[in-house]
Amino acid sequence: MSVLVNKDSKIIVQGFTGKEGSFHAEQMIAYGTNVVGGVTPGKGGQTHLDRPVFNTVAEAVEKAGADTSIIFVPPAFAADAVMEAAASGIKVIICITEGIPVQDMIKVKAFVDGKDCTLVGPNCPGVITADEAKVGIMPGFVFKKGKVGIVSKSGTLTYEAADQVVKAGLGITTAIGIGGDPIIGTTTKEAIELLMNDPETDGIVMIGEIGGNLEADAANWYKNQPNKKPIVGFIAGQTAPKGRTMGHAGAIVGGEDDTAEAKMRIMGECGIHVVSSPADIGNTMKKVLS
Amino acid sequence: MNLHEYQGKELLKKFGVAIQEGIVADTVEEALNAYGKIKEQSGSKFAVVKAQIHAGGRGKGGGVKLAKSEEEIKEHANNILGMMLKTPQTPGGLEGEGKLVRKILIAEDAYDVFDECKEYYFSVLMDREKKCNVIVYSTEGGMDIEKVAEETPELVHKEYVDPTLGLMPFQVRKVVANLGLADNKVAGKEMAKFVSSLYKAFIGSDASLFEINPVTKRADNRVIAVDCKVSLDENALYRHKDLAELRDVTEEDPTEVEAQSFGLNFVNLDGNIGCMVNGAGLAMATMDIIKLSGGEPANFLDVGGTADAERVQNAFRIILRDEKVKAILINIFGGIVRCDRVAQGVVDAYKNMGDQIKVPIIVRLQGTNAEQAKELIDNSGLEVHSAIALQEAADIVKSVLQS
Repeated sequence: MSVLVNKDSKIIVQGFTGKEGSFHAEQMIAYGTNVVGGVTPGKGGQTHLDRPVFNTVAEAVEKAGADTSIIFVPPAFAADAVMEAAASGIKVIICITEGIPVQDMIKVKAFVDGKDCTLVGPNCPGVITADEAKVGIMPGFVFKKGKVGIVSKSGTLTYEAADQVVKAGLGITTAIGIGGDPIIGTTTKEAIELLMNDPETDGIVMIGEIGGNLEADAANWYKNQPNKKPIVGFIAGQTAPKGRTMGHAGAIVGGEDDTAEAKMRIMGECGIHVVSSPADIGNTMKKVLS
Repeated sequence: MNLHEYQGKELLKKFGVAIQEGIVADTVEEALNAYGKIKEQSGSKFAVVKAQIHAGGRGKGGGVKLAKSEEEIKEHANNILGMMLKTPQTPGGLEGEGKLVRKILIAEDAYDVFDECKEYYFSVLMDREKKCNVIVYSTEGGMDIEKVAEETPELVHKEYVDPTLGLMPFQVRKVVANLGLADNKVAGKEMAKFVSSLYKAFIGSDASLFEINPVTKRADNRVIAVDCKVSLDENALYRHKDLAELRDVTEEDPTEVEAQSFGLNFVNLDGNIGCMVNGAGLAMATMDIIKLSGGEPANFLDVGGTADAERVQNAFRIILRDEKVKAILINIFGGIVRCDRVAQGVVDAYKNMGDQIKVPIIVRLQGTNAEQAKELIDNSGLEVHSAIALQEAADIVKSVLQS
């Protein structure tokens, strides 16, 4: 079992022949991910990294049976690329691109919500199911197979958490980078729900940050679930000043409710094991699971 | 990116929003010329001198003055231009050092018959929870809207806009009715035009925030924007080259502007421990661990994916400019970038900068080739503390602070 992506996923890369797309597609293939081709408009018919290039996503779905897409298209064209994937029958769309205008994303969100697909990101490191499929830009070797799932808004902080979990002897099932933008596809709650329903996952690491209410929503949902798996939670940005954007477009404290302090309090009240130090993620998960 | 009031008003006007007319000036002479023109246009001897800085509450600090003669314009322009204006929103608030006023707006008197004018509040922004734009409006204009929302929430209305449809006419009619203008044909029509033009301007400029407070209905039933705060989505500036040019870097922290030119994502803070991290989330987490170790973060700094010698050197320079910095914590999780290459970058940068570095440096490198990286740092002969585990780095910060 696995979540979102596995060894049978038929993955295409949108923005396949570009610099970023090429580099990461190569890394994904080296990990053993089932990349069946890619899309670059105008380059259809060519072969890249020993795989076919298509002009459109529809063609990739028809000819290569693609069901999953990872997007490396530049920000000005990324919203269109996500909608193309959703309209063409792709089931899992993972958008890595950072810097998509907010007004584009609210249109994408409204469009995708009416389709039979799941969008992860944008502005995220992607999704990895250990030993099966790496559909993202994360360093694969960090994510040794095990029994803990990760949901995170951040890139390198996800690697940090995975590394701690692996060193605590637990390992990873699937890690989902949901992204740090104000409007994203899969929410914290939705990603946690996927992992709660995954029989191989015993515990979940939830990494949030300042801004928005995704963590509080997830915590309030979790509180009322019957068969809970333990969650260890961390919120980055306890020392961030109000009103300043901290790197990620969505990481900004607007009011009282979206501070790290408020989120950590709500998560704690809802039964999540909250750590205040990012160095305590791995050992806390170990304690909780033993 | 924030705009000045005068820039925001020009933007609104382009989209058909009626505004309080004005002319910007950066000298007293220009202010007097502007006054002459404004007086002619409006037919009134009254005009307002408004300080142009990126902060609200300017009136509270003496940055907005009414004048009715050339002498008064001269007096106010003289006082306001060059003043350090303190408002509740400038750094440190009313007790802080304030912000230097470089420009003033000479604006027409917006109130034709003062007692017959009515003020409203409008803002447009993106609602993260509802994932769409929202128009927030109220009959209680000219006031602190957060206070209004707290004390009389029933007076603050919200109109959510469907992202695929845009603002519909029935929604505009609802706004007009909620503001009590449905029975006033002229003002109702004016308000409807105001609302639809305002939303067009918001979409047309890829704004992230419009706050128009107050919007004034005059005795002659015209509806005009008297003040405005505009923030634009920086990610969308590529399609608004004309708006990108409105950026006023003198309003920003000079160190942050410089960091940006090196491709570094940097935010200046008040603490004593500088930090340099790859990735925004890990950077925030590093700031948190500094605090838990007894220090205070002096900055947020995301060096990005390629932490080579040049970037590390630029980052060092920027952090070291802050004299409060007692130590620097470098925290890199090497994924696809190898730690030994980052370590080499740190060593090279350190050597190039020679004796400029007078504070202890703690380097924590984890991930690909972390062991080789630690060895490289330990054998460099430099005064650099190295660590692999995050907790280890935190412990070193603590001991450095105590020594």
